[in-house]
Amino acid sequence: MNETATGKRTMILNMGPQHPATHGVLRVQLELDGETVVKATPVIGYLHTGIEKNAEAKLYYKVIPMTDRMDYLAPMSNNLGFCLALEKLLGLEMPPKVIYARVLLTELTRIASHLVWVGTHALDLGAMSMLLYAFRERELIIDIYEAVSGQRMMSTYFRIGGLAYDLPEDFDKKVKNILKVIPERLKDYERLLNDNKIFRGRTIGVAKISGDDAVNCGLTGPILRGSGVNYDVRKANPYCGYDQFDFNVPLGKNGDVYDRYLVRMEEIKQSLRIVQQALEGMPEGPYQVHAPGIVLPPKEDVLSKMESLIFHFKLITQGFTPPRGAVYQAIESPKGELGYYISSDGTNKPHRMRVRPPCFVNLSVLPKLIEGGLVADVIAAIGSIDIVLGEVDR
Amino acid sequence: MELTNIFKFLYEKLAASGLPQTLVDLIALIAAAFIVFGFLAVMALFLVWWERKVSAHIQQRFGPMRTGWHGWIQTVVDMIKLLQKEDITPAAVDRPVFYWAPIVALTAAFAAYVVIPFGKGLIVADLNIGILFIVGITTFTIISLLMAGWGSNNKYALLGGMRSAAQVVSYEVPMVVAILSIVVFAGSMSMGDIVNSQSKIYEWYIFRLPFGPIAFIIYLIAGTAETNRTPFDLPEAEQELVAGFNIEYSGMKFAMFFFAEFVNLFTISAIAATLFLGGWQGPFLPSWIWFLIKSLGMVFVLMWFRWTFPRLRVDQLMEFSWKFLLPLAFVNLIIAGLMKYSKWFNW
Repeated sequence: MNETATGKRTMILNMGPQHPATHGVLRVQLELDGETVVKATPVIGYLHTGIEKNAEAKLYYKVIPMTDRMDYLAPMSNNLGFCLALEKLLGLEMPPKVIYARVLLTELTRIASHLVWVGTHALDLGAMSMLLYAFRERELIIDIYEAVSGQRMMSTYFRIGGLAYDLPEDFDKKVKNILKVIPERLKDYERLLNDNKIFRGRTIGVAKISGDDAVNCGLTGPILRGSGVNYDVRKANPYCGYDQFDFNVPLGKNGDVYDRYLVRMEEIKQSLRIVQQALEGMPEGPYQVHAPGIVLPPKEDVLSKMESLIFHFKLITQGFTPPRGAVYQAIESPKGELGYYISSDGTNKPHRMRVRPPCFVNLSVLPKLIEGGLVADVIAAIGSIDIVLGEVDR
Repeated sequence: MELTNIFKFLYEKLAASGLPQTLVDLIALIAAAFIVFGFLAVMALFLVWWERKVSAHIQQRFGPMRTGWHGWIQTVVDMIKLLQKEDITPAAVDRPVFYWAPIVALTAAFAAYVVIPFGKGLIVADLNIGILFIVGITTFTIISLLMAGWGSNNKYALLGGMRSAAQVVSYEVPMVVAILSIVVFAGSMSMGDIVNSQSKIYEWYIFRLPFGPIAFIIYLIAGTAETNRTPFDLPEAEQELVAGFNIEYSGMKFAMFFFAEFVNLFTISAIAATLFLGGWQGPFLPSWIWFLIKSLGMVFVLMWFRWTFPRLRVDQLMEFSWKFLLPLAFVNLIIAGLMKYSKWFNW
């Protein structure tokens, strides 16, 4: 117990870092008056991995697996941001198949990430069964990761200059199955949550933030659009051929937890639309750009041709050297604007890599959302921001 | 196959053995206590298993499958494990309070069964204030939760304990008023009389329009709140308070809380079955089987709630009780009184 300036006796409660509902190792120092939050201070750094600094000691292509570990719920998005940034620096144009495959897979990643979100968010509010339903659907997407890259979570499928391998043969069938199954299951979720009196009571009007405040705090992603601000990197600053696809950007009105929920649910549907378009329009062609010295030569050539073997050997041991300069590439990750700033000094390793993490920026608004609310609202607010601590701490 | 006959037979054998009457009665009482205790212990173990199965199937899982047929030994094994565990008492706790809290919880949970009719004539003591006794004795649960919350010297536990006290006190009131409307109608507080007054299916209080179903729903909601189950599981809200009042408990003390929780779950269901669903009355099957069917049906409904609904917030919880349930319960009581008074209105 300690006294505040107003003479009230308050209690400090350390929520986390080991707590079932702080989505990892976030610690929130709460000053409580009864159950009302007087002051909240998020404390981060418990999952610091030094990925940015580590990147400076690694050849460019060796950075890609590390990006997976930032937002581990959306590995493909992280890969995409890094690869796009370097391709911009190198001035590479991707073949259409690469563009379509990347869009398709990152949109599936968005669906997977939002599914995990809706499951854990409902779990935070006490509706435990939702978690298992959402994970059941996510499993379908994880299976696709496994089919394309051989890995279920840390896929590392995108490479600088294309994809690691060609898409597998039954890829179409698997994606079609997703397109059939997930919309029906979404209807079930909505029946379970949308009109549920308790769910609405717990989310409507909770952890509100106005559009202006959201912009001023630098928020991006569904939390910004939940407040009615129309900003989506895919539309505002198209990358990776997103201008060729037809989709809407769902917007909320009130900027509360419920609107963020609605925005995310609608985003899943829009992502499914993009996936459908990408699957139908998937062109034939090479899965990598022709850029010797940057992209690995095909394995058959390595085993039979001397030049290919030399290229392979040099690329693996020495990497490639992009020109001097700096580049920034932002993408719309499931959590918001994910930006990669890469500064090159003309050697084979990045001089500096800086990631603009959406989760970190979005988390900074937490005290604003929860001060004055109740302990139960803290959980709802943390959940609605959709943080992944791997990305917050990097 | 009425169990009463067996017990009567055993009692008569005992009485004929030449022991003094007081000693015979004493032995009979102790035997009854042990039988009830044994029944509840088995029932709690069964309910834990059942809850795991129900939740698993709601969530598209299987639940325990490896130990025994569909994992039925699982809870027995769990109980043995908890019995073997080291009983940790953290250094900073208030020792006597911490020690007694689970014992109070378990005692309160068991004591209610003194007046619950398990079947025709299967009642330990048909007190003339039966229902009042139940209402009073189950309230002891709050004291145990408060003791656990305060004695643990843990902030989460304290919040959980405070929440549970506020919650149980608020929901006790509409619950009692809802039960009162039944008492008004039955004209007795004895559980035996209440059951006897609903011998035909249309006489079950849940079917007595208009007050019966309303009283039943109020009772169900308040009962869920009393047993701290979702959507009213705020005292142990895992996502907010980690484990709430029982956060510092381990080993057998934790098991006692767990045990008490499931016994309370059965209590609420058994009372609902007795007051509203005709108790042990029913055709063809023996009375105790009817009692079990009805009670376990209610238990299933409560489990269904738990695995479907999100959790309320503290202020919403209070609002719902004081601003909605309580006025409704009072109006309902008045209606019940009017119906009783104007006899032509009754069927």
